[in-house]
Amino acid sequence: MSEPSIIDIDQITKVYQMGNVDVTALDGVSLSVKQGEFLAIMGPSGSGKSTLMNILGCLDRPTSGTYLLAGEDVSRMSREQLARIRNQKIGFVFQSYNLLVQATAVQNVLLPIVYRRNEHISTKERYEIAHNTLISVGLVDRDRHKPTEMSGGQQQRVAIARALINSPALILADEPTGNLDSHSGIEIMEILQKLHTEGRTIVMITHDARNASYAERTVQLKDGKIDANYNHAMAPIQAMAGGAA
Amino acid sequence: MKISEVLRIAGEGIARNKLRALLTMLGVIIGVAAVIIMIAISAGTEATISENIKDLGTNLLFVTQSMGTMQAPARNAGPSGTFLTYDDAQAISTSISGISGVVVERDISEQIKYGSNSIDSLSVVGTTPSYPQVRDVVQASGRFITQNDIDNSAKVVVLGYSTAQSLFGAADPTGEKIYVGDIRVTVVGVMAKKGVVGNTNYDERVYIPLTLVFEKFTFSPFARMQGDQVGTILVQVADMNTMDKVITQIQILLAKRHETTVAALPFTVRTQEDIIATQESTTAAFRSLLAWVAGVSLVVGGIGIMNIMLVSVTERTREIGIRQAAGATPGDIRGQFLTEALLLSLTGGLIGVMAGVGGAWFFYKIGEMRTGVLPNSIMLAFVSAAIVGIFFGFYPANKAAQLDPIEALRHE
Repeated sequence: MSEPSIIDIDQITKVYQMGNVDVTALDGVSLSVKQGEFLAIMGPSGSGKSTLMNILGCLDRPTSGTYLLAGEDVSRMSREQLARIRNQKIGFVFQSYNLLVQATAVQNVLLPIVYRRNEHISTKERYEIAHNTLISVGLVDRDRHKPTEMSGGQQQRVAIARALINSPALILADEPTGNLDSHSGIEIMEILQKLHTEGRTIVMITHDARNASYAERTVQLKDGKIDANYNHAMAPIQAMAGGAA
Repeated sequence: MKISEVLRIAGEGIARNKLRALLTMLGVIIGVAAVIIMIAISAGTEATISENIKDLGTNLLFVTQSMGTMQAPARNAGPSGTFLTYDDAQAISTSISGISGVVVERDISEQIKYGSNSIDSLSVVGTTPSYPQVRDVVQASGRFITQNDIDNSAKVVVLGYSTAQSLFGAADPTGEKIYVGDIRVTVVGVMAKKGVVGNTNYDERVYIPLTLVFEKFTFSPFARMQGDQVGTILVQVADMNTMDKVITQIQILLAKRHETTVAALPFTVRTQEDIIATQESTTAAFRSLLAWVAGVSLVVGGIGIMNIMLVSVTERTREIGIRQAAGATPGDIRGQFLTEALLLSLTGGLIGVMAGVGGAWFFYKIGEMRTGVLPNSIMLAFVSAAIVGIFFGFYPANKAAQLDPIEALRHE
């Protein structure tokens, strides 16, 4: 218990109104993620994992419950404040990459820096940082390429570089290999694993047990509740993968 | 966020759809161009009018028949009739103090003929000797009409500059005989060039003694009806400060002579400023029309910008979501789209300024309308374009800022 918590959520619920019907997407979820941990969140569709992802990513607020992100209560913050938190503390990796199609790789990587407050880095320095970050995810000589000129794997590397650029406390990956062939998928998972060994905190949503096997711990969601929570050191991943298949 | 960054993002947004941006700007372009042309024309008109004040002669009073009193026939056009007469002018001249000249004008239209050269429907002015002094026209050669000519209804004519040119070319016409209508008259002088003042082209006029008009040019039924009625009596006042006093004295004198009251007087006594004000009102109509065009175009242009910005927000919903995920606040997004709208309207404004300056030049060259582009009007045009951009850009920008990041990211 010496590691401080990056994520500390307590009894979080999320209720959507669909017409006259209230739909409970999350029903009292409590979870904590330690600094440097690599957590996988799994669950069938409709289990509330996307809702949890949105709340963890400060894209949405819980209906009730508290969410401490790196010690800060973000569960009642304004949209303005949440945007700042996303900028400083969270790096997103999406299934569909979500790169700006008109922008080059470097411009995409620099996007979070553009929205950083009180930023006084010169254009040249920015380019240097983006360039080095792209190299760190294995993209060489692709600085001026636009997303349409790159493969899916390369686009996802750009997205990871973008997630890293502001040195966030948390990297949130939502089905990072969902749009990729298995070979590229493995490469992306290896990058995430490398980031984990470098001490980054990563939370990944996936329905792929092989991806989950890269994580230290898996949380299973079912009907908006945590169904299972197990450490991979104790539960052999092969058995679980076999069960899912 | 750096200003340069905001401008770059907005600029890229516009550059993506150049033709669309240009079409969007069209309303603003027309509006701004209309503002500039409008102000250029009014500035030109004002300059012309202030010069006219000078060119009309100084300290002038115009005594004319009031509107609506001319239809009545004047069989007994004596002192008690309702028409201005030469006698009235003489009475003003002799019995009112503080005036330095009185001129009577009666305009008719006649054919002028010299040998085989002829000019139809020329303005022939029956007038009195003080005309050059009061109207501020200079004698080029020969002499003007004298009191002797008036007393004898002498058959003499003084030609305006361009009329002399077209009848005689470079030759000196003094002493030549020409026909004014059917009357053979002797040219005794030519006036110097003066040009067009107000609606009058001084250089195309010819002058004959007032009494000759009464005697020889009143054979048409209408002219006979008018008798020795005169069109205008011009009174030059010696001291500008006594103008109002002289006006009152003239009104009282005319009321007495025509056996009526000042209030019921069928004549108006106006200063040259009054006459200019009438001229101004016609250009004012043209100006207000252009002001309307400008205003309506700017509003239509603004709606065009709003429309295209709304389309742009919808098209770029996903981009907005990506930016929001990267940490763009609602304020950042609003700023981005407002800047884009502003950039559109200001670019439109810039093109509009160029079109306006060009248009003003066109009116000057082709329309022979005097114009003057003022630096202030360019400022005004830019400010109105900016206001249009902000006003009509605000709603789409706000809509973009209010987008839910989750929905925006999910948008295809």
